[in-house]
Amino acid sequence: MGELIQVGMAECKLARPPDKLMTAGLGSCVGICLLDPITKIASMCHIMLPYCHHDKPAVNPGKYADTAILAAVGAMHRSGADTDHLIAKIAGGAQMFRFSGNSDIFKIGQRNVLSVEENLEKNKIQLLGKDIGGNVGRTIVFDPATGNLAIRTIHEGDKII
Amino acid sequence: MSVLHEGWDKISKMQLDVLREIANIGAGNAATALATMLKSRIEISVPHALIMPFADVPGFMGGAEAHSVGIYFHVSGPAQASILLVMPVEKAAQLLEMLLGTSPASMSGPFSNLEYSALMELGNILSSSYLNALSSFTRISFKPSPPALAVDMVGSILNTILSQYGEVSEMVLVMETGFKKDKVDVVGNIFLLPEPDSLNTLFNALGVVV
Repeated sequence: MGELIQVGMAECKLARPPDKLMTAGLGSCVGICLLDPITKIASMCHIMLPYCHHDKPAVNPGKYADTAILAAVGAMHRSGADTDHLIAKIAGGAQMFRFSGNSDIFKIGQRNVLSVEENLEKNKIQLLGKDIGGNVGRTIVFDPATGNLAIRTIHEGDKII
Repeated sequence: MSVLHEGWDKISKMQLDVLREIANIGAGNAATALATMLKSRIEISVPHALIMPFADVPGFMGGAEAHSVGIYFHVSGPAQASILLVMPVEKAAQLLEMLLGTSPASMSGPFSNLEYSALMELGNILSSSYLNALSSFTRISFKPSPPALAVDMVGSILNTILSQYGEVSEMVLVMETGFKKDKVDVVGNIFLLPEPDSLNTLFNALGVVV
């Protein structure tokens, strides 16, 4: 039996079969799942913000879309993954507050998704599936053995991408 | 950049005790308002004031997947903060029944627009009572934004709020107090999250300077 590895807000973790990666309660944050289909080495990041604006290296690269993807690719490479042929699946980036006026902070989900897609492309990682936006919270489980991403919601049922 | 940027270890136990005390004062005042609205006896739990990494906050607020109502206010003024009221969804439904005198559309959400308005009004009253007590104690003026409401997993509700803190910090200070109806029944929790930059202002006003 494999382990279910929990990934918290602003964290990034690696796994290989039979273990799976999980993050619970994604709202405006985005869960980024990367997989090397040959070695089955996978990673999951739970990013909170689109870009790292600091000049010095981020204290915690897992917090930002741009630095999290770089850190995940680096860690996968060091574990022996072929990082030239990674595939990706992403979920999250919702707008959770439905009665919220026009404050900019409530658009963070959308900005997170844009940055994730941009940075995947920049790192030549093929995006194979996404379940993003709307106003639902998501819990996701990524299985490195199959590359399946299971998505659970309270209001809109479950699906696998 | 925050004065306290990654200087969380400089906050003393005594300062956290003082924050616990002001959480007690704020929540005590909010509990009085809630008791008046519900015509019930409301007590508050022992308050907490803790510094924790983002990943630990959802667990502290009931578990990342706990189905909850979150009512959020951004607090502006000299000491900016977030104030968040979190209620398990079935408790929110019970409160609606008491407030409106009729059973809500569903006991587990989604609620009707009237019910959402009632919840936001409840949030308005509780957060203003909390902040008013803090203002009279600290002489700082706190201005809450209009309410924002979400009904979903606690973790997902927190994402948007915590991402504001993520720009300046790796940790967050969480002040928490629970409301108990008739001694046992926890109806919800109120959380105050001061922004890192606000802490010096708060500590200065309270006379517990770093």
